[in-house]
Amino acid sequence: MTAIWSIATPVGDKPATVPSAAPTKRRAGLPLLLLVAWLVVPLVPVVLWSVARGWFFPALLPAEISLAAWARAFANGSDVWRALGTSVGVSAAAAALGMLIGVPAGRALGMHAFPGKRWVEMLVLAPILVPGLGVAMGLHAVMIRLGLTGTAGGVVLVFLVPVLPYVVLISASVFATHDRAFEAQARGLGASSWQTLRHVTLPMVAPGLSVAAAFAFLVAWSQYGLTLLVGGGRVITMPLLLGQSIAAGRNDLAGVAAVLTILPGLAVLVLTSTLLGRGGRR
Amino acid sequence: MPVRAASVRRMVAPTVAVLGLLFGGGLLLAVLQTIGVSPFVGRFDVSLAAYRQVAGLPGLWASIVLTVWVATASTVLSLGIGVSAAVALRRLAADTVLGRATLFLFQANLTVPHVVAAVGAVWLLSQSGLLARAAFGLGLISGPQDFPALVYDRAAIGTILAYVWKEVPFVGVVTLSLLASVGDRPGQTARSLGATRWQAFRHVTLPQIRPGLIACGTIIFAFALGTYEVPALTGASQPKLLPVLAYEMFTSHTLADRPAAVALSLTTAAAGLGMILAWRSLLTGARR
Repeated sequence: MTAIWSIATPVGDKPATVPSAAPTKRRAGLPLLLLVAWLVVPLVPVVLWSVARGWFFPALLPAEISLAAWARAFANGSDVWRALGTSVGVSAAAAALGMLIGVPAGRALGMHAFPGKRWVEMLVLAPILVPGLGVAMGLHAVMIRLGLTGTAGGVVLVFLVPVLPYVVLISASVFATHDRAFEAQARGLGASSWQTLRHVTLPMVAPGLSVAAAFAFLVAWSQYGLTLLVGGGRVITMPLLLGQSIAAGRNDLAGVAAVLTILPGLAVLVLTSTLLGRGGRR
Repeated sequence: MPVRAASVRRMVAPTVAVLGLLFGGGLLLAVLQTIGVSPFVGRFDVSLAAYRQVAGLPGLWASIVLTVWVATASTVLSLGIGVSAAVALRRLAADTVLGRATLFLFQANLTVPHVVAAVGAVWLLSQSGLLARAAFGLGLISGPQDFPALVYDRAAIGTILAYVWKEVPFVGVVTLSLLASVGDRPGQTARSLGATRWQAFRHVTLPQIRPGLIACGTIIFAFALGTYEVPALTGASQPKLLPVLAYEMFTSHTLADRPAAVALSLTTAAAGLGMILAWRSLLTGARR
């Protein structure tokens, strides 16, 4: 299984060197504590700014805690509502399209050997290694022609370039461990191919594919450069709103935008770990 | 079980078509645009003017050096810290509360968009940021100007730290799963044969996880080379990193700059791929 989620299951067995285990564990405390601090510290000012009012140097903490930025963010017709809607819409659309297009390819790559397989794999890996900005610049002129620049549809379309590789690779690893004998069994017992898909295949691969869908959503949700380039300032997602608030010097609004930009990822993390906890273990 | 070639072809066709059109087509149009061919505008005056314009950009070399420095330093630091963290975590604390907390934070951090990491880095590291305030509180500095410029700086420290913050958990999570698939046995055997802990790691465990780590480093390097938002938010106005330079040229009001902007993006991508290939063959060569 691919690294990213295999880790959701506990990592391995304990070392067998019993005598030294207890003292080393205590020694591990400090470096790990530093690691935890390193992971958390950059997020501290993000959360603080979202509730700060007039937080100037050298105050270590905001003098006054205020929810004004949050209230403003969730006022009717605010930028934040609009950006949230746009972000959820384009990310969900890109993830759904990506799944529809990419999962069959994942199945082919995960379960079958076929002529030209190497080339398909290379095509799928290429967008991870080649920065998307140049590709999007190349598409820009065509997209202007087709009236797709500055539209959510155009943004969804270019999002497929970063999203598809993840969908294909994750679903390929899901199908690599999938046993076709169950499908053959069902067909042998008289199930139609649709019934086999519906009642045998899907329930077996559903947890893994949900993870693929969740990652596809997050990959789309995190995009910045492509949105800016193809959206042309008219498609404002949460990451872009965050960038705009920073440029405008509104750190309080930027704090709110940053917290809201992180939340879906945390939700997805909880969701996928429950999914994998339920069905993903061997 | 043999499957008909036609049905496999049907399964991969949509992905091949979409990536071929969007990625391959985009790349092809980008290349054409840089040599003066725009089929959709009906322009066919083939020339290398765009590349000449790129070569003549003032401060280009400073941008190139800085970009390669950022990508290299981010990759090396992320790999070093991430692998050490994973090894420590697995050997010492996989089942402690602190170990579990670290593991959760690793995974949580993976989901944080890069733009948030960049903003966090600015608010933490700038001269009026949280660290500077803490230093002032401790009496280490007497004002913001005494705090070292860690963001918007010419060595791009803030940009590198933002990348490293994002990529350490990525490396850590990948390494943990690589270590889990290798298992503890080979290292323990080496230890029982008299190897020190470092020797066992260096000569027994590391060679087995090396291909996975090289893949990991490749992804980080390529990403740090081509991402816009992190240097745009944390970088100095002079010199700019190449993706920022390319984006700004592309969206400037001078439409004539566009082919040069595309040329700059493509050259960066090509040079990056070249460096990755050279680096990989060096690393795999060194193993023998």
